[in-house]
Amino acid sequence: MEIIRVEGIAKSYGQHQVHKELTLSIERGECFTLLGPSGCGKTVLLRLIAGFEVPDAGRIAIDNTVVTDPAAGINIPPDQRGLGVVFQDYAVWPHMTVFDNVGYPLKIAKRPKGELRDRVMETLAMVGMSGLERRLPSELSGGQQQRVALARALVANPSLLLLDEPLTNLDANLREEMRFEIKELQRKLGATVLYVTHDQEIALAISDRLAIMDEAGRIRQTSNPWEIFERPTDPFVFNFMGIANFVPVRRAGESFLVGGGEQLIPWEPPQGDAPKWVAGFRPSDVQVAPEGTGIRGTVKRASFLGAMMHYLIEVDGAHLRTSIETHEAVAKGLMFKEGETCVISFRDLLWFNADSLAEVVKQ
Amino acid sequence: MSPITRKSGFGVAQLLLFFSISILVIVVAVPVLLILFNAFWVDGEFNIGDVAKIIMEPDTYQALVNSLIIACGTTIGSTIVGTFFAWLVTRTDLPYKGFMKAMFLVPFMLPSFIGALAWKMLLSPNAGFINKFFINSLGFAGPIFNIYSYLGIVLVEVMYLFPFVFIQVCGALERMDPTLEESARISGAGLFTITRKITIPLVLPSILSGALLIMLYSMAHFGTVAVLGIENGIFNIPTLIYHKIHQSGGSFDSIRTGTVLATVLVVTAALIIWLQGKILRKGHYQIIGGKSFRPMELKLRALRVPLLALCLAYIGFTIVLPTAVIFLVGGLKTYGLAFTWENLSLNNYKFILFDYKVTRDAIWNSVTLGLSAAVITMFAGVMISYVIVKMKVRGKGILEFLGMLPFSVPGSVIALGVILAWSGKYGINLYNTVWIILVAYIARYMAFSLKANSAALEQVHDSLVEAARSCGATMWQSLRDIVLPLVRPGMLAAFFLIFLPSLRELTVSIMLYAPTTRTIGVAIYTLNEDGETVVSAALAGIALIIIIVGQSLINRFTRKAGT
Repeated sequence: MEIIRVEGIAKSYGQHQVHKELTLSIERGECFTLLGPSGCGKTVLLRLIAGFEVPDAGRIAIDNTVVTDPAAGINIPPDQRGLGVVFQDYAVWPHMTVFDNVGYPLKIAKRPKGELRDRVMETLAMVGMSGLERRLPSELSGGQQQRVALARALVANPSLLLLDEPLTNLDANLREEMRFEIKELQRKLGATVLYVTHDQEIALAISDRLAIMDEAGRIRQTSNPWEIFERPTDPFVFNFMGIANFVPVRRAGESFLVGGGEQLIPWEPPQGDAPKWVAGFRPSDVQVAPEGTGIRGTVKRASFLGAMMHYLIEVDGAHLRTSIETHEAVAKGLMFKEGETCVISFRDLLWFNADSLAEVVKQ
Repeated sequence: MSPITRKSGFGVAQLLLFFSISILVIVVAVPVLLILFNAFWVDGEFNIGDVAKIIMEPDTYQALVNSLIIACGTTIGSTIVGTFFAWLVTRTDLPYKGFMKAMFLVPFMLPSFIGALAWKMLLSPNAGFINKFFINSLGFAGPIFNIYSYLGIVLVEVMYLFPFVFIQVCGALERMDPTLEESARISGAGLFTITRKITIPLVLPSILSGALLIMLYSMAHFGTVAVLGIENGIFNIPTLIYHKIHQSGGSFDSIRTGTVLATVLVVTAALIIWLQGKILRKGHYQIIGGKSFRPMELKLRALRVPLLALCLAYIGFTIVLPTAVIFLVGGLKTYGLAFTWENLSLNNYKFILFDYKVTRDAIWNSVTLGLSAAVITMFAGVMISYVIVKMKVRGKGILEFLGMLPFSVPGSVIALGVILAWSGKYGINLYNTVWIILVAYIARYMAFSLKANSAALEQVHDSLVEAARSCGATMWQSLRDIVLPLVRPGMLAAFFLIFLPSLRELTVSIMLYAPTTRTIGVAIYTLNEDGETVVSAALAGIALIIIIVGQSLINRFTRKAGT
């Protein structure tokens, strides 16, 4: 059952159109991530759902209640949407103690003192902040402030939790720990989480489903982490989810030739009639050998990065990158020098329409 | 989960915007518009020729020229003095720099018309103590210096206005990244070249912006010229406005001349503020960050002691001497007696504090007016700043424009404007009551309140309020629980920024006072005009004590709040 339904949302600031005709739905109890490059409008969408911004057109429903619909003159203010929100900059109130910060939603809801106290202590224990309730935010570390913000968002048991890049300002170790804890809490509480980030790793790690948004605010693909990483529907998603090679391939009758040369690509041909195609593959899916079967290329650049060897290889005018673990390269005689020739084959390869590559290259 | 109820946002935002616009329109915009209207609108039609005619009248024309001469002289003098001392206390190994810096800021809190009174006592051609000393004891034929002159006025204004440049340049020099200078030094530039090619260009925007501030202030400055100029027939724009209206008891002609002069002031002020904004926007903030650095210091070597002596002499001559004279004269039985123990007593102080109705009323009026103006302006300023800084409402542009107005309307213009607006012509007559002074104070000090409160509100990140909203707080609740507690320091700052200056206010009060509504400034000025020099000096002394005590209380308080 869906908890959020976003239909045909449009939003622009002056001349700058952030969203047009955006549609999205989030299921109850799932952890859903909006993933996209910075400036793509993912935070705007979260703010529209929270009620901090009003769309120009379209409709948003939470729990089957329409919360915003400019055409019908409906706009429920954020305080009546019953959501928990965690902000990127924590937004912990500096003049209140940890206890007062976390207890604020209950105080506003006029819950009895005793209940408020129990619930605050319980929530603080849940985020590992017991014993710090008398502290002021200025006496807390960044990670602790983030936990306070999380506790404050959870204390009133909202059915929907909105998280806006909550881990960006934390250091790497803390980020990893917190992302694990957020996932644990979500599973334990059965809450629905909408998580907004530009960090692919976090998105893959915590999401049940994720949506990839491009710079123009369009959603390119919505699916589970595995599908997004292994079966991207277009080069943008493929490129965004990690370093990618894109090699142009042209049709000559029944054969498919790499770059501007006459070598056949050693992979199953694409389905379709188009004359021009793009082969997409990750550096780790490229196999190199001194000789054997495959396409012949020249090593243009060899970089020794300690544990890894990186090669930039040219095949008939097309360039591709690959990396091999150094000890494996040494063991199998794959330590190429610049200018040497090699033979390439693939472990995995995806076909994309050549037209769709243009925008990825441009970016 | 808290229930989702259907309710569209009602017009809190519109309501606040409406109130904010109303306050600024009534308090600032209407008076200014009435001035422009009265200046350009004669007998029901637009008449620019008449305006030109009034400007070309000998005494008005002379006042414009005088304002310009005095303002230019003061600006140049203050810029040189301010920049020099700023460089001394930030970039050299001058001893006691902290103390010097504090002392150079003292003139900020001293009312310049009280300083002018002191200098009148010291250097008036016939009765001035210094002149008399030179004539009687050293056998000079005539006075060594006549304070009733352009030079006298300019020198006194420089003494009290140079801190504007001083503080700006000090700030810029302290925040300037020393690596900029170090890299020039590494490239082989000498200290002189570095100063000329690196330091001065980087600090120039601050110098210019401070200089423009002084220009603005001096053009519209009343006190010094009123005390020192009128004797010799030197009028500037504000003193001529006062003189005309005071003399004629508010006749049509005098009001018209006043409005034309006030229009010139408003236009000049707007021009200066526009220019300043342009200079400040030119991006010197990119090079001068907010961080504090330890800049390299120039070794003064042999000049160290002479420069220290110069600073001490300057402080002694411009701060200690005038202040001492005020207190000493305030203790004399009669003006003109020598400063001997027999002639000095505390009787005058006792008299003005406990017996003399005029001064007791004046102190009471100033304190109550200051308190009410400070409280009202503080709250109005919070609301207006909140709408300008934080809210997204249609029509905010109007408010932003109106919010700029208080910064560019000089005191004498406000006074004239409130006379036009509140003298019964439009239904309400506040003339000759304290209320008209209160309205004028609110208009005059709105700029301070807007500045302090906007600065405080900029510090309150939007997400703090949004967090409260998402926790279920309504807009009012989030204002009460989050915004107000966080901007309280800014509000307090606004309160004191208004309360203290209003205690010594002269420019506005002098145009609006009635026999029972004198303020401290008015009482000091009128008593002095009436020849009650010792009583006037005693009251000035009391005013100085109140101001200094108040200022040190604030300093202590804000330092505590800051940590």
